[in-house]
Amino acid sequence: MDKIIRIKDLIYEYRSEENENVQALKSVSLDVKQGEFLVVIGHNGSGKSTMAKHMNALLLPSGGKVYVNGLDTSEENNVWNIRQTAGMVFQNPDNQIVATIVEEDIAFGPENLGVPPKEIRMRVDEALESVGMSAHRKKGPHLLSGGQKQRIAIAGIIAMRPKCIILDEPTAMLDPSGRKEVLETIRRLNKDEGITVVHITHFMDEAVNADRVIVMEEGNMVLEGNPKEVFAQVDILKKLGLDVPQVTELTSKLIHEGIDLPRDILTVDEMVMHLCQL
Amino acid sequence: MLRDITIGQYYPVDSIIHRLDPRVKIIATFIYITALFIVEHFFAYGYVLLFLAAAIALSKVPLKFMLRGLKPLFLIILLTFGINMFMTKGEVIYQLGPLDITKEGVLQAVFMGTRLVLLIIGTSILTLTTSPIQLTDGIEKLLNPFKRFGVPAHELAMMMTIALRFIPTLLEETDKIMKAQMARGADFESGNIINRAKSLVPLLVPLFISAFRRADELAMAMESRCYRGGENRTRMKELSYHRRDMVAAFFIAALLTAVTMDRLM
Amino acid sequence: MSIIIENLTHIYNPSSPFETVALDNINVEIKAGEFIGLIGHTGSGKSTLTQHLNGLLKPTSGKIIINGFDITKKDVKLREIRQKVGLVFQYPEHQLFEETIYKDIAFGPINLGLSEEEVDYRVKDSMELVGLNFDAVKDRSPFELSGGQRRRVAIAGVLAMRPEVLILDEPTAGLDPKGRDEILDQIKMLHGKYKMTIILVSHSMEDIARLVDRIIVMHRGAVALTGEPRDVFKNVELLENIGLAVPQITYLMKKLKALGKPVRDDVLTIEEAKLEIQNWLRSK
Repeated sequence: MDKIIRIKDLIYEYRSEENENVQALKSVSLDVKQGEFLVVIGHNGSGKSTMAKHMNALLLPSGGKVYVNGLDTSEENNVWNIRQTAGMVFQNPDNQIVATIVEEDIAFGPENLGVPPKEIRMRVDEALESVGMSAHRKKGPHLLSGGQKQRIAIAGIIAMRPKCIILDEPTAMLDPSGRKEVLETIRRLNKDEGITVVHITHFMDEAVNADRVIVMEEGNMVLEGNPKEVFAQVDILKKLGLDVPQVTELTSKLIHEGIDLPRDILTVDEMVMHLCQL
Repeated sequence: MLRDITIGQYYPVDSIIHRLDPRVKIIATFIYITALFIVEHFFAYGYVLLFLAAAIALSKVPLKFMLRGLKPLFLIILLTFGINMFMTKGEVIYQLGPLDITKEGVLQAVFMGTRLVLLIIGTSILTLTTSPIQLTDGIEKLLNPFKRFGVPAHELAMMMTIALRFIPTLLEETDKIMKAQMARGADFESGNIINRAKSLVPLLVPLFISAFRRADELAMAMESRCYRGGENRTRMKELSYHRRDMVAAFFIAALLTAVTMDRLM
Repeated sequence: MSIIIENLTHIYNPSSPFETVALDNINVEIKAGEFIGLIGHTGSGKSTLTQHLNGLLKPTSGKIIINGFDITKKDVKLREIRQKVGLVFQYPEHQLFEETIYKDIAFGPINLGLSEEEVDYRVKDSMELVGLNFDAVKDRSPFELSGGQRRRVAIAGVLAMRPEVLILDEPTAGLDPKGRDEILDQIKMLHGKYKMTIILVSHSMEDIARLVDRIIVMHRGAVALTGEPRDVFKNVELLENIGLAVPQITYLMKKLKALGKPVRDDVLTIEEAKLEIQNWLRSK
C-alpha cells in the first residue's frame, strides 16, 4: 500500500514565555498508509495536536521531515497542494465555519481552489450527502447542534476532494450523541470512500474500531499497534492517565485474580462470550 | 430583545424581488432615496407610493411585518413630526401653551413624516428580500471597479460575512458570561453610570479574550482550507443579470424621471 | 440546605411564534447534603432548571423553596440566593477576567461586600479546596495556566462565595481523563468532607454511577425518572429511548443475567462486577 503521510525523525521546538526551548515533539517517526484509519491518543500536552498540525503544513518541523503524498511540507510551493490533499478538522465546531449559510460554507474550500462554479455546486451537493446533512443546506450554522456543525466542517473538507482527513479532537466538545454522529460519519468516509483518516482524541473508546492506534506521551510515541494490542496494556495506559473500556479494565482485574481470560477483550459481547466458555 | 428589530432582517420567501440581482437592488435603493429627496410636492409622493406598493406586493413580505420595522423608530418619526410642526412659522391655526401650531407647520410635518416613513419602508425592502450573503456579494461586485484605487473590495466583503456569521455566537456568549458573573454576585443593572461602566469589565474582558481566541482559530481553519485572499478565487453562485433585472432597472429609472420632471415643471 | 421545587414551569418567549416549554411542571425535592446527578439529552431542560435554582431565571409558574425560603417571591434578595447556591457553568474558565488569580477569586466575595480580611481568608481557603497552591500561583495570571488548572481557578471563584449548594454543569467537558479525574476527586471531597449539597450535570454515565447518591433524569422539560443509581440504571430501555445509556459494566452484567447466569445486574462499578463474576465462577 502507498504511504500517504511519512514523518521522519520529526522534532518540533518552540520558545516558551520564560524563554526556554521546549521540545513538543522529540524525534517522532510515523507512516500513514493510504486508506488507513489511524487513531492517535494522548492527554493534553502529549504532542498529538502538534503532530497533526505538521501533517497539514500549519506547523513546520524544527528537525526531520514530513511528506504528504510525497510532497515535502517545508517547501513553500507545496503548501496549498498539501492542504488540499490532507484536510483538517478542528476541535471547536464554532470556530471553523466561515459562512452564514451551510452550503456556502462547504463551498468555501473549493472556491479558494478556483474550482469552476458548476463543479463547486456538484461537489457541495455530494459532500452534504456524504455527511447526511442535505436537509440542512440552507440553514444558518448557529441553528445546528454541535455534532451537526462538526459534520458541516467535515463536509467542507470533503468538498476539496482530499485523500486524507486529519481530525484534531473533533469530539472533545460534543455530547454523547454528537460524538456518535461524528464518529459514524468518519468511519463511513473511511470505509465507503476510502479516505485516509487520522483521528486525534483523548477518548479511548473512539479507538476501538481503528486499524491502528498510537499513544503519545511527552512528545514521544510510547505505544503502537492494533486496538487489541494497545488496550491489552492496561497498566501502562492507566499509568499514562488514560482510560480503557470498562470491560478491558475488568478483564485485567479478573486475570489478576487468576481467572483465565485473553487480555485483549474490548467489547461487552466478547466478554460475555469468553466468560461463558470458562 | 434584539430579535424584535426587523430592520436588517431577512424574510425568507421566494419572490421576484428576492430573485433580483443584489447589485440592482442596492443601486435601486440608492436611486429610491435620491428620488425621495427630490420630491417637493405631495403630489409627487404619488409616484413613490405607487412604486413602493408595487415592490411590496411583489416581494410577498407581509405589510404588517414591514410596518413592525417602524416601531423602534417611532420616537424619531414623532420627533421629526413635532419639530416641523412647532418650528415652522406661518399662519397660526392653534395655540398649545407657548407653542404655535401653524398651517405651514402641519403641512411640513406631514410632508417630512411621510418622507421618513417611505424612506424606512423602502430601504427595509432591500434587507428583507436580500440575504446577508447576497448583500455582501453585491457590495463586493459593486466595489470591484474601485479596486484600482485601493478599495479592498474582497477583504471588506469577507469581513462582513465573518461578522454576520459570528454575531449570534457572540450574543450567546455574552449571555452566558453575564450569567456566570451574576452567579458570582455581579450586578449589571443598578448603580450610577460610572459603577455601571465598571461593572462591564468582568463581561467585556472575557468576551474580548474569547473573540480573539475565536479569530485565531478561525484564521487557522481558513488557512488550512486554502484561503489566500481574493486572487484566483471562484464563487459557487456567480451573480448574473437577467431580464427581470432590466425590468426593475427600467422602473426605478422611470420613478427618478417622474419625480425630477415634477420638480422641474 | 434543602431544595424543594414545586410545579415549576418555564416557557421561553411566551405567546410568540418562538414559544418553547423548557420546563413542564417539575416537582423535585433535594435534601441537605445529598449528591445529585442530573442527566438528560442536550435540550432536555437541565440548564434551564439549574439556572432557576440560583435565581438567574424566573419561573413562568411554580415555586422553588430553598431552606424554607421561597426564592421565587418578588421581593427576595437575589444576592443572598446566589451566595447560598453556587453555580459553575460549562467551561467556567471562559469567565476569568482579572490580572491575577487572587483578584479573580476575590471577585465574588468583594461583590458580597465582605471585609478585606474575610476576602483574603476566603481566597486562601477556596484555593486550598480545589488544590491550588496559594503562595505559588496567587499573583500569576490565570491565562498562564493549563486548561485544567484554569478551570479550578474558576471553580474556586464560585466556592469563595461559600455556597451551601454547589451546582456544576459538566465540569469535566473538554478535559482529558487525568484532568477529569482530578476535578471529580475534588468534587467528591467537597461533598464528603465539607458536607456540601452537590448537583452534578454530566453526560458520563460512568462518572455518575461512581459518584452520586441519587439521579434525576430529565427528558423534554420533565423529570422522567429519579432514584438511586442502582435503580435508575435498571431501566436500560427507557434510558436508551431518551438518548441516554448506562455504564458499559452494567450492560455486561445485564447480558450475563439474561443468559441465566447467577449474577446481580444492578452493578455500578468495576470492583463490584469483579466480585460478582468471581463468586459466580467459584460457585460453578
